[in-house]
Amino acid sequence: MTTVTVSRLDRTEHQQRRRRRIFSYVALAFFAVVFLFPLVFMFVSSLKPDAQILTDARSLDAFLPVGDISLDNYRDVFDRVPVARFMLNSVLITTLIVLLGLVVNSMCGFALSRLEWKGRGAVLAVVIATLIVPFETIAIPMVYWVSKLPTLVFEGGVPKYDFGWLNTYQVQIIPFIANAFSIFLFTQYFSTIPKSLDEAARIDGAGWFTIYRKIVVPLAGPAFATVAILTFLPAWNSYLWPLMVVQEESLRPVMVGMQYFFQLNPAWGEVMAYTTLITLPVLIVFLSFQRAFVSSVAASGVKG
Amino acid sequence: MWTHSAGNPAELEVYSKIIDDFNASQDTYTVVEESFPQGAYNDAIVAAAAAGDLPCLLDMDGPIVPNWAWAEYIQPLDLPTSITDNLLPTAVGTYQDKIYAAGYWDAALSIFARKSVLDANGIRIPTIEEPWTVDEFDDALATLKAAGYETPLDIGAEDKGEWWSYAYSPMLQSAGGDLIDRDTMLTADGALNGPEAVTFFTWFQDAFANGWASNSGTIGNQEFNDDVVALSYTGVWNAMDSLEAAGDDLLILPPPDFGDGPKIGGGSWQWGISSTCDAAEGAREYLEFSFQDKYIAEFSDKQVVIPATAAAEELSANFGEGDPLRPFVELSQEFALARPATPAYPVISSTFEKAAKDIMSGADVQSTLDGAVQEIDTNISSNDGYGF
Repeated sequence: MTTVTVSRLDRTEHQQRRRRRIFSYVALAFFAVVFLFPLVFMFVSSLKPDAQILTDARSLDAFLPVGDISLDNYRDVFDRVPVARFMLNSVLITTLIVLLGLVVNSMCGFALSRLEWKGRGAVLAVVIATLIVPFETIAIPMVYWVSKLPTLVFEGGVPKYDFGWLNTYQVQIIPFIANAFSIFLFTQYFSTIPKSLDEAARIDGAGWFTIYRKIVVPLAGPAFATVAILTFLPAWNSYLWPLMVVQEESLRPVMVGMQYFFQLNPAWGEVMAYTTLITLPVLIVFLSFQRAFVSSVAASGVKG
Repeated sequence: MWTHSAGNPAELEVYSKIIDDFNASQDTYTVVEESFPQGAYNDAIVAAAAAGDLPCLLDMDGPIVPNWAWAEYIQPLDLPTSITDNLLPTAVGTYQDKIYAAGYWDAALSIFARKSVLDANGIRIPTIEEPWTVDEFDDALATLKAAGYETPLDIGAEDKGEWWSYAYSPMLQSAGGDLIDRDTMLTADGALNGPEAVTFFTWFQDAFANGWASNSGTIGNQEFNDDVVALSYTGVWNAMDSLEAAGDDLLILPPPDFGDGPKIGGGSWQWGISSTCDAAEGAREYLEFSFQDKYIAEFSDKQVVIPATAAAEELSANFGEGDPLRPFVELSQEFALARPATPAYPVISSTFEKAAKDIMSGADVQSTLDGAVQEIDTNISSNDGYGF
């Protein structure tokens, strides 16, 4: 009798679990479709002429590769915009911002979380306070400021002291290396690593840089991955700043190129082709770091 | 030299040709062109002005000229009157009676329609001499809706930004209102919120409420080309595609008369010289060189815009006597009205857009216009009248 009851209970529980699992799969599939639809629309539309995109937008054909399908939009994108140059610029600028940012901000986070020094709390408070200042409010003063910064120029191979960073790569990179949010995130994450490890290393004769490099950095992989992604996205999407400080087309990043398609009538097919091209690197970076990113979110409780 | 033409190879091709010709014609000055995307161009100019990094030559949209002159971004143009007197009045940018900018072309708006559709529905075809009255226009829209057009008029309300002032303030002016009191340039009171303005905006609100127009279409003229809408309030730049779609059936009609005669917006992209230019004579020399009829005609052909000189009209493929787009020249000559030449225009334009969108969505007409007037007047007084 007891055996029969237990068996029935097991079956009921099993059925409930199965129902829950089916429900969660259906819900996940639904959200996957919701999130994928814009990407599918973008890619499919990139293969259609403008008139068809607008006509198909009134039906489900908007998501299907039907009708007059071709790669013409991609060809026209390359005719209208120097895509390769813009991509190269964005890759260079973004890579340097991310790599230098990881080094500088993690060192700063290390100093704020693990070293004992006077005024540490105040410095951290000031760093965090800068987060509430919107970039747009300081953009014009920053333009003025960078236009007065000293620089070295080479005229006929001879170095010459001059002023002004406008129209350079460095003006698109250096102001964005130090990042308050990254410093805060590193500080928080490093605080979770036991300080006893530092003490043990100190006893073994390690200096602070060795502790940073050989103990803290290897244990903070998820934090580095999160910061890499959170730095990569705004750097890749940068629009207002390069627009204001770069006049030469050969130095522009990809996002400024988006505006090339918005003439009196937007060239929608080319817009979709261009966005497909410039979205690919973002997807690749996110998918590469996805596991570490999710792990960092779970570990630190930080939401990007 | 900075242009707003990045992403517009047809326009850039003409600039390259002019620059090459100019640079080859003399050896004192060299013009180098740098192009920016239009949507971001004004921001780039403002930033460059803040950094003291403006180029000698820059182009600008007509209505922004007084603001940039007032802000001392640009200097008086001082081109020979033999050039500026020959241009369309709306292709010349002025502030305080001085010319600060001049352009190679202008654009014009009209109502596109199909003759077959109007004939089939017994709707009179309006002319420049006898445009539709607002009552006739209402009747036409109601008839076309009853004939099966879900939204008979593509009025372009899905667009944003300067389009709203460019497209709808002429309708307001046709009704007897305006964006500002042009006699003083110091207040919008009475012009933007007077009885004429209220009458027009009530019509505007009703057009959406009645389903005659919608704000959910797509930017451009595709709905008209596909015969999804019967009438389209749009510009010369869409004419070639519509000619291709409708052929001889296409009608280019004057906008309706709201009481004070039809009006269309005037003033397109124009060229000026920055105040900080250290080679202003060279910049002037270049501009003088560039205002040749052959170049103006080429801009017109490549861009499908109205040439700024009568001689270039005849050289152009589309705008001479008997050419398919000639009606736009006549509409421009008869009805074009420049937007108010005041440095307050950017504020007026954005305030107008917000108010018109609110009214379109059902807001109370009088109180919305009163609020807009207050916003504009406050801005003008806080800038000491912008020099007026």
